[in-house]
Amino acid sequence: MGYSDKVRKIYQEQIKGIQDAGIFKQERLIHSSQAADIEVEYPTGSSLKKVINMCANNYLGLSSHPEVVKAAHEGLESRGYGMSSVRFICGTQDIHNELEKKVTEFLGTEDTILFPSCMDANAGVFEAILTDEDVMISDRLVHASIIDGIRLCSAMHDTFKHSNMDHLEKKLILHADKRLKVVITDGVFSMDGDTAKLDEMVALCDKYDAMLFVDDSHSSGFIGKTGRGTHEHCGVFGKIDIITTTFGKALGGASGGCVSGRKELVEMCRQKARPYLFSNTIAPVVVSGVLKVLDILSQSTERRDKLEANTEYWRKGLTEAGFVLQPGDTPIVPVMLFNAKLSQDFSKDLYDEGIYAIGFFFPVVPNGKARIRTQISAGHEIHHLDKALKAFIKVGKKYDILGKTKQEIIEMYGL
Amino acid sequence: MEEMKDVVLEYVIEEYLEDEDEELTYDTPLISGGIVDSFSMVSLKRFLEAKYKISIPDEKASPEAFDSVNKIVELVKEFVG
Repeated sequence: MGYSDKVRKIYQEQIKGIQDAGIFKQERLIHSSQAADIEVEYPTGSSLKKVINMCANNYLGLSSHPEVVKAAHEGLESRGYGMSSVRFICGTQDIHNELEKKVTEFLGTEDTILFPSCMDANAGVFEAILTDEDVMISDRLVHASIIDGIRLCSAMHDTFKHSNMDHLEKKLILHADKRLKVVITDGVFSMDGDTAKLDEMVALCDKYDAMLFVDDSHSSGFIGKTGRGTHEHCGVFGKIDIITTTFGKALGGASGGCVSGRKELVEMCRQKARPYLFSNTIAPVVVSGVLKVLDILSQSTERRDKLEANTEYWRKGLTEAGFVLQPGDTPIVPVMLFNAKLSQDFSKDLYDEGIYAIGFFFPVVPNGKARIRTQISAGHEIHHLDKALKAFIKVGKKYDILGKTKQEIIEMYGL
Repeated sequence: MEEMKDVVLEYVIEEYLEDEDEELTYDTPLISGGIVDSFSMVSLKRFLEAKYKISIPDEKASPEAFDSVNKIVELVKEFVG
């Protein structure tokens, strides 16, 4: 047996190191469906508590929508539970193909390929379309899954300062000699909730003959007038070469992702992307659910409109109460606390008040930029937001941070 | 001719520092100090190669060799004729 006491001790020490550093992650068990109102067991073993969920990616409130659940049931009945095969052997059903066509239409691209997750899409896409003659130029705050994909690719990699277009242009000039250039960004950045300047990026990419890659996981379904994503919001619909996105957030929240874009790039993924080639694709039950989600969103913008109104209401309430917010207009609304311990204490007190919102601190966000990241949903009603706001104000008063500036909070609690 | 170490220092400050208040000296650890991530080293390498008309082999461009302005200058001098 290779798992000796010596081996076990090495891991035990590593786990202790994570605990000692205060970055040990613990799951909280939810005993209900995902929604604005949830029942949580936390800490494990304690009795269930009814709380308002302010930290789900359930932007459109579709995770437990009756029509989506019904469609998933029907899919389960008609197409079964699993595929027991990768796509190119015998793991592709008509509905996989139908979903790819519907996503293509929804995102305004040329073609789409499904992946088991957007993490997989990002991990597989760069290696499939680039070689060591090429360069990837990424925003310094792109999502971890993109970083992993970049690491797996032999092309040269460089970065530009977050959303800094002058710096990006310098990099495009510096790497002008490369065969292919890909500029890489998130559409909406998950921690700060800010939006990429896609209009300026498209112009730069045109000027310097580079392709543009956008991960729109925190945008698809609700950003833009009809919810198509940041490209719609920025007026560059149809001009993005590669979009990756997830079905695990606004679009039903179950799982799965895709690469959508120029047809040759999608075809290269179909031929070469390893997470596509060596893993089963999205289960039929989920595909059926996502098809229904896209139907709902194509018929009406009601849900994204409600989300927009809720976001505005929430942001206004927090601002008037005197919190320091990260500026932006997306449903990701970070309440800045700067100090890591304060973010943890604040989150715990909110939970006691029946509000479930998590504190984020280094290394998930930069040192000294700890915050409570709130995420608004179309599933929230005004009474949810009012109750949450009341709790935020109560806890904010306890720590005496209302009306205080960034500098004042830092002076009180340190970085 | 501009002193090489000032050229490198200025480039590193402009390229990597986000906060204008941060201080950087010739010996500040860049990679082990978390100022430059190993990904971003590539632009520094390309800048040096273009500026001094040299070619630094990948095996020489290690995180250790790029860990401070002084170390970078030492490395570049190996290749400048």
